[in-house]
Amino acid sequence: MSRYREHPDAVAALVQDDQVHRDVYIDQEIFDLEMERLWADTWIYVGHDSQVPNAGDYFTTDIAGKPVILVRQEDRSVRVLMNRCAHKGAKLVTLTHGNTGKFFRCPYHAWAYNVDGSIRAIPLREGYDGTRMQACAAGEGMVSLRNVETYRGFVFVRLSQSGPGLREYFGESLSSIDNMADRSPLGELEIAGGVLRYLHDCNWKMFVENLNDTMHPMVAHESSAGTAKRLWEGQPPGTPKPMAIEQFVPFASDYAFFDDMGVRVFENGHGYTGVNFSIHSSYSSIPGYEDMMVAAYGKERAHDILATARHNTVYYPSLTIKGAIQAIRVARPLGPDKTVIESWTFRLKGAPEELLRRTITYSRLINSPMSVVGHDDLHAYRSIQEGLRAQGNEWVSLHRDFRPEEIGQKDAIHRGNSEVSMRNQFRAWRKYMTSGSANR
Amino acid sequence: MKPTREDLIEFVCREARLIDEKRFEDWYELFADDGVYWVPLSADQPDGIDHESLAYEDKLLLKLRIERLKSPRAFSQQPPSRCLHVLQRPEVDAMDEPGNRYTTRTAYVYVETRGESQQLYACTAFHTLCVIDGALRIRVKRVNLLNADAALPSIQLFP
Repeated sequence: MSRYREHPDAVAALVQDDQVHRDVYIDQEIFDLEMERLWADTWIYVGHDSQVPNAGDYFTTDIAGKPVILVRQEDRSVRVLMNRCAHKGAKLVTLTHGNTGKFFRCPYHAWAYNVDGSIRAIPLREGYDGTRMQACAAGEGMVSLRNVETYRGFVFVRLSQSGPGLREYFGESLSSIDNMADRSPLGELEIAGGVLRYLHDCNWKMFVENLNDTMHPMVAHESSAGTAKRLWEGQPPGTPKPMAIEQFVPFASDYAFFDDMGVRVFENGHGYTGVNFSIHSSYSSIPGYEDMMVAAYGKERAHDILATARHNTVYYPSLTIKGAIQAIRVARPLGPDKTVIESWTFRLKGAPEELLRRTITYSRLINSPMSVVGHDDLHAYRSIQEGLRAQGNEWVSLHRDFRPEEIGQKDAIHRGNSEVSMRNQFRAWRKYMTSGSANR
Repeated sequence: MKPTREDLIEFVCREARLIDEKRFEDWYELFADDGVYWVPLSADQPDGIDHESLAYEDKLLLKLRIERLKSPRAFSQQPPSRCLHVLQRPEVDAMDEPGNRYTTRTAYVYVETRGESQQLYACTAFHTLCVIDGALRIRVKRVNLLNADAALPSIQLFP
């Protein structure tokens, strides 16, 4: 029996101002509704347009459980098509990426489509003469999503016909994408280095919330970052600091450090930690890079770009980015307790390759299925997934530093250790789960 | 020391056994100072610098991993992981004595368990060995996972 589908009030009651009900993480029906509502009415990250540089280049993924193809058109624009033959439903391409040439051809009955999704050819077409095929969905070709927007190369889709526009939805939070792209002397990013795909046996929200959770690193990562700190302290003075140590040790910073970092939240669930500085602020400079930036932007602007070292920015619900280190993590939910986290790295076009190497090192140390940092994070998420089945308390506390006046704020800065970013995410969650197009 | 084929094969088998028996500090000593333990993301990956890897660990990072496993606060090791390398006979690919470079290829099944869960990986290890102070040492241990491109769960020990 449906407890939530026909009962928006019951869905709304799962999110209080300062705590949420466990069903948001463990209930299958809620997960299904998330995919139908929250993940349909908001802007979901598909990929970066540098993954499809040439006409016919494509990249495949799933958005809210639906197979899609990001494909470059002859006119240089990109489209997102449903990866489904209009005939019987076979996926048209089954590789993660490639070049399809001038058309997609179904491997089952050879229906062929132009890269914009329109029908190009059907074998023995006269067999459809006098039938309704042309007037049905089959006659329209592949489904080409109407709401596709690219922001500095980041391609997003909104599956629903109606809903906010991309700029309206993300607002000022787009400044974090700007900062990442502006770190290239040419102002352009390019995906490079391959993708790490880490299977999480937990709900997608645990991962997304954790990225602005400043109260966990010194606890969960004591065994990794704390050990790195100890190993480093044992080195003779004057030993050059390895990049890995530089990247691990800040995770062991104290509560005051993370509190002073600050957190900024925006309407619709977006936000970032590291308003004032972050764990990425004290990395060594890369030879030649600052001079290139000054040459490209002038001294003052180059300084502003490089001094902005935000920690994690969450583009709710699917994309999280680290502008200062040019790495992103993408949540691809598969079920209430199953999520793939993809970690992609970027080259700053026109910058020294050493920056990409730093990014690759960071992503491997922190985001790989073999990461000692990742192991302890995922252990915590999985423990929550199991612990929430306990009896006697069905609620997850988000009370830290809650003040009623934060409700309704559209752009606000708080102390870093506040749980405001999670409350802010759940306010957006409730909004899109109860008032979206599915409920209209 | 002039290693024989049998020495190389024995070395590779012993190296796996040290991991399986969790004698990680003895295992660590098998690496040359510039030694690397590498699990790439694809079988044809040329390097671990300009391309992402599952693991690309110099001795400092291996030390960190080994020290962490001793920590009572390595929470993901509660319960602890166990592993077994089920090896085929290592094949000796090169014995370059003047170049002090010896390579082997070893196919195996790697099993890692933790609590109720068990993971299985089909692997190929490529050892690049050298002789230092009369003993064989690892320059590079490269492990190709057959499914390195799949979304993988936590792998906590050393395939």
